[in-house]
Amino acid sequence: MKYVDEYRGNDAAHALARAIARATTRSWCIMEVCGGQTHAIARFGLEELLPPEVTLLHGPGCPVCVTPAETLDDAIALAARPEVVLCTYGDMLRVPGSIGDLRTAKATGGDVRVVYSAMDALALARGLPDRQVVFLAVGFETTAPGHALAVYQARREGLSNFSLLVAHVLVPPAIAAILQDEERRVDGFLAAGHVCTIMGTAEYEPIARRYRVPIVVTGFEPVDILQGVYRCVRQLEGGRAEVENAYARVVRDGGNVRARAMVQEVFAVTERRWRGIGAIAASGLGLAPAYREFDASVRFGLPQAPRASVEIDGGCLSGLVLVGKIKPTACPAFGTRCTPDRPLGATMVSTEGACAAYYRYRRSS
Amino acid sequence: MCLAVPGEIVDVVEGDLRTGRVSFGGVTKQVCLAYVPEAGPGDYVLVHAGFAIAQVSEAHARETIEELSRLEGEGA
Amino acid sequence: MRGVLPISAVVVSLEVHCPAPLPSDVVQLAHGGGGRAMWRLLQEIVLPAVGAGSGAHAHDAATFAVPPGARLAFTTDASVVRPLFFPGGDIGRLAVFGAVNDLAAAGARPLALSLSLILEEGLALETLRRVLASVEAAARTSGVRVVTGDTKVVDRGKGDGLYVSMAGIGVVAPGADVGPWRIRPGDALIVTGDVGRHGIAVLSVREGIAFESPVESDCAPVTGLLDALLGAGIEIHCLRDPTRGGLSAVMNELAIASEVSIVVDEAAIPVDAPVAAACELLGLDPLAMACEGRLLVVVPDADADRALAALRSLPEGARAARIGRVEGAPARVTAVTALGTRHVLDFASGEQLPRIC
Repeated sequence: MKYVDEYRGNDAAHALARAIARATTRSWCIMEVCGGQTHAIARFGLEELLPPEVTLLHGPGCPVCVTPAETLDDAIALAARPEVVLCTYGDMLRVPGSIGDLRTAKATGGDVRVVYSAMDALALARGLPDRQVVFLAVGFETTAPGHALAVYQARREGLSNFSLLVAHVLVPPAIAAILQDEERRVDGFLAAGHVCTIMGTAEYEPIARRYRVPIVVTGFEPVDILQGVYRCVRQLEGGRAEVENAYARVVRDGGNVRARAMVQEVFAVTERRWRGIGAIAASGLGLAPAYREFDASVRFGLPQAPRASVEIDGGCLSGLVLVGKIKPTACPAFGTRCTPDRPLGATMVSTEGACAAYYRYRRSS
Repeated sequence: MCLAVPGEIVDVVEGDLRTGRVSFGGVTKQVCLAYVPEAGPGDYVLVHAGFAIAQVSEAHARETIEELSRLEGEGA
Repeated sequence: MRGVLPISAVVVSLEVHCPAPLPSDVVQLAHGGGGRAMWRLLQEIVLPAVGAGSGAHAHDAATFAVPPGARLAFTTDASVVRPLFFPGGDIGRLAVFGAVNDLAAAGARPLALSLSLILEEGLALETLRRVLASVEAAARTSGVRVVTGDTKVVDRGKGDGLYVSMAGIGVVAPGADVGPWRIRPGDALIVTGDVGRHGIAVLSVREGIAFESPVESDCAPVTGLLDALLGAGIEIHCLRDPTRGGLSAVMNELAIASEVSIVVDEAAIPVDAPVAAACELLGLDPLAMACEGRLLVVVPDADADRALAALRSLPEGARAARIGRVEGAPARVTAVTALGTRHVLDFASGEQLPRIC
């Protein structure tokens, strides 16, 4: 595939690994904040190619992992209503709520359908005028423009049977929260390249300046990630703390203006609870007041007040994994009590969670 | 969830909502092109969850590949 | 009509044994009742479709001669695929080749097949005709016949259209001793063609993820490939057809059964470009996707090159490739990535793929 295969080349990857080794004189911890990048690092064993002084940490870059249990409970409750068709991305199916998940909701009679795109859910709403189509809108800034457009279009078409159950999260507040922790080990960040195609690079400037950390916008193929690590190490070794774009083939500094405009039209910034981490101010998106009629929690009278945190027990350390305080392999339950087949928490359930990625691509049995 | 894949626009239908067929290594799919109004048939776009979110810059891609080739030449 | 009794004495009870003509377009419960309606279904649709002459349904079991001294192989396979028709095949074709390929994996050429149909009330008879025509064509391609069968009908809502169960008997090629017990450290692993096509072909027509230029299933008999290997005098240690669960599943099963370590080179595994692209789009692993016309072949290292040549001499083996090797215990499968790094290659865990086989 064009623009994919070229960035998986053996020679390029090893050349970058050697360049990183030549440039490294001290220990550095570099964190990426995107499940897709975590997955690629595990799948291609990238950390193995790096000098031992460079440690890769994984941040809360998996929107599936950080969706609170209450949101799943709401989705499950909606799916049980006979008039509702609950549409969701496939990777949300097995994420546990307080009791059960969407897959069991489907098995017990709920109309739960996996879709590839919000536009598929919108099409369903057009085709099923007697049903209420609810779309579980989860994701980072990359996915918000598509969801916004679906709602905007629903209003234009006068659809009264389409709504969103929103659990969107924003990346920079999470990065800032991690950097605010005095015990943090992170020296530099790889910013999620696809989020930046929408948002551009500007919002990272204040973070880089305030916390004096280099932030390198990075892609997803192995060569892209090694490029990002290389540029980050060069900055760290040179005492610089700048925002750098290593994914210029798709990221413009100004991002995608149209996409951002639509997001600003349809959504508004809210506080958001991150599963395993807790509440982070101004870290989520909810529907803007002008679009409240498309908010499923309003339409169906779901609890609006913040609820007590419902977390899975059993010794799950997802919260520490999500902020890079421990690696999945350091968790005592990893690979023993906790596996993808019997997950204790969200980071093992989601295919992009750090624990699931480490388990799936582990070195030896 | 961050899954975004580059593909080549095969054709475009302008209208209410700009859509088109995009080919990914031979497999084509309908994609919403509303967020890449400048991209047309033959251009490559990055597609995420049914939406094209950016156009791929051939120039920048080439620059990256050239940079990599230079690196490969050094200290092998 | 039964005898009529004096009306004053009893309530007249009429039992009508001559059913009104059934609507001609869908399966009805009566079609499974063992009575006239079922007999008509068999005579008019089922038996002609599978190439049986009239009156062939006379017995409960088929009998046939077996070559003297022959060692038999016996397999059974059920097809519950949704949708019934997909690019490159259908449930009928899948059922036949599934059974034939299981036999081939035992080193056997097919001798006879049985066909068990479970029909849902309301299934269009035209659909049944199409599926049966496909069964007949697939059996003919494989050089085997359906010699016996069974038909049942379940109530509407209890059967999902149509399920097919196929059992097959085959004759093991003389001298062939094929199975996990023969795998040895040092053996070579070969796959007879590109992988993952069937799984993607079926997934691609499911609601919500339809592709416009369909990937076609690789649904096909592999007996020809077996013959090519036997004809070249290859010492075949083991064969498996990588259906549901894909190549990664069969390799894990073999590693466990033989208590050996298998090391596979990811870059060497042939994957067709559209299949790779579809997997990228859907976030799936081609090694976990079903194949229905491929074999994983394990042979001594010394025979590997000749085995490849024999396979590549056939169109269906053109992309045969050596993909890995067997090492000593413990049982595990390791993949070497394109970058030279390694990781365990597990069974595809927990991914609830919709019915694809």
